[in-house]
Amino acid sequence: MGSLTLTNVTKSFGTTEVITGVDLHVNDGEFCVFVGPSGCGKSTLLRMIAGLEDCTGGEIAIDGKRVNEVAPAKRELAMVFQSYALYPHLTVRDNMGLALKQAGFAKPDITKATDRAAGMLSLEPLLDRRPAELSGGQRQRVAIGRAIVRTPKLFLFDEPLSNLDAALRVATRIEIARLHRELAATMIYVTHDQIEAMTLADRIVVLRAGKVEQVGAPMELYNDPANTFVAGFIGSPQMNFLKAGALGMRSDTMGLRPEHLTISREAGQMAGKVSHVEKLGGETLVYVHVEGQGLLTVRLFGEHSFTVDETVYLTPDAPRAFHFDANGLRLR
Amino acid sequence: MATRIPLSRSIAAHTVLIAYTLISLFPVFVILINSFKSRKAIFSDPLAIPTPETFDLIGYATVLKQGDFFQYFLNSMIVTCSSLFFILLFGAMAAFALSEYRFKANTLTGLYLALGIMIPIRLGTVAILQLMVAGGLVNTRTALVLVYTAQGLPLAVFILAEFMKQVSDDLKNAGRIDGLSEYRIFFTLVLPLIRPAMATVAVFSLIPIWNDLWFPLILAPAEEVKTITLGSQIFIGQFVTNWNAVLSALSLAIIPVLVLYLIFSRQLIRGITAGAVK
Repeated sequence: MGSLTLTNVTKSFGTTEVITGVDLHVNDGEFCVFVGPSGCGKSTLLRMIAGLEDCTGGEIAIDGKRVNEVAPAKRELAMVFQSYALYPHLTVRDNMGLALKQAGFAKPDITKATDRAAGMLSLEPLLDRRPAELSGGQRQRVAIGRAIVRTPKLFLFDEPLSNLDAALRVATRIEIARLHRELAATMIYVTHDQIEAMTLADRIVVLRAGKVEQVGAPMELYNDPANTFVAGFIGSPQMNFLKAGALGMRSDTMGLRPEHLTISREAGQMAGKVSHVEKLGGETLVYVHVEGQGLLTVRLFGEHSFTVDETVYLTPDAPRAFHFDANGLRLR
Repeated sequence: MATRIPLSRSIAAHTVLIAYTLISLFPVFVILINSFKSRKAIFSDPLAIPTPETFDLIGYATVLKQGDFFQYFLNSMIVTCSSLFFILLFGAMAAFALSEYRFKANTLTGLYLALGIMIPIRLGTVAILQLMVAGGLVNTRTALVLVYTAQGLPLAVFILAEFMKQVSDDLKNAGRIDGLSEYRIFFTLVLPLIRPAMATVAVFSLIPIWNDLWFPLILAPAEEVKTITLGSQIFIGQFVTNWNAVLSALSLAIIPVLVLYLIFSRQLIRGITAGAVK
């Protein structure tokens, strides 16, 4: 229960357009991630879906019903914020139950719903504490719990992991993925972190400057990017962009993932100088400066030794390269 | 730690602060010691601390015998507390609207409301008096409360609006999604978070209202609505001034302000909001 349709949605503040015509359909039970650099309008779009910002134009529909004029509380959705946004004066239990209380549910029902949500997130020992007495990770779990209690049609996440440290981020990410499987609910998740997008999403929406650049499953975007922006944004370390003319090709730009460049000390297509080496244990990243192409990243598996300023030769794995025209659009 | 202040600087800072404190407290101290002395002792050595020979409660006796003094106190308390209540309530509401909602002429309205900081309300005394006469409010505490509320609002709106802008949008939005009304968001989420700012505004507004002589003299000079500052004036005559009584009355007048100040300053310090949002 909970599909979302955006039809030509626009938003402008004064004369600045921040969302320029977004069309999107999110199916019931889908995990959809909005990803893009900061300032691309992804948070604004989420706020518009929540009803916290008005649409300048277009239509937002939940379950096929237009909700543009419906108040946030009546849209039957729940939102998890980056800053947790827990009510400081209420205990964890009351924080989680407030929405149901406002909707006029009976006390026993609220307790039952709260206990169920607390059970799913192992929050039981914290129920009588106040937000000030919780750690960052606990606060975000409470905020997620508060969303679950309402059994909403849509879950909205606004960069929920950005304030957590690296280890907690991974743990909470896994927890969100587990919740999505258990609840089978529609979730919309905003992030600027492409790893979160890749690991959580059924479908990723890549946004840039208020426009949808590409929509697709994580591997579709990875293996079949529509333009240089998507190609560069999805995948870590970032894709290398080579000037194809210098390599004798007809396209303008050739995109090559770091693992599709082979490095050799003896011979290869391009000569360059090692400028930096990052050893991560499982993999080694070699940054090579190639005359005329700039800095290229090579990803090697396992441990390898290269010294800075050493001359090396790179060879692209040509069949796996992506070709783009002068406007950054993919040539197929 | 890198933020440690060197001892010499700390001593210098404390010397300046202590000197300033002494200078500020000196007049209060002189009033207090002299209020406990006989009339002759006040004039023979104003700076002497009361001794068993010079100790005299005649001033307090005169003040308390003057019958209506308790009423003056009550009047001052009623006027000050009501004015503060309205200043904080309306000030915070206006500040919330200015900082929270985007509407046309938002900045202009804010400037207009803050304009009062620069224009002293006493310039309008004649008009205010005419207004109060027309409204039949002369010689009522209501007249004073209205004037003081108007006097305190500009600064309150200005300070509170700045603080309200710092309250996390996420918190207010979470309230909206959970179905809280704008009033509930204002009263239960935003107000507790800006309590320190409210206390600051309260303290800044409190002192001039309590000490004011001008408006009580013009708008409410009647015996039953006199405030303490105006009431004390009966001991100051054109030819003879009863200094014992004046000093005792002033000493007594300090107590309520001190109590109110202590209440608000505790709010200033209390950090109940820690941990609401990161």
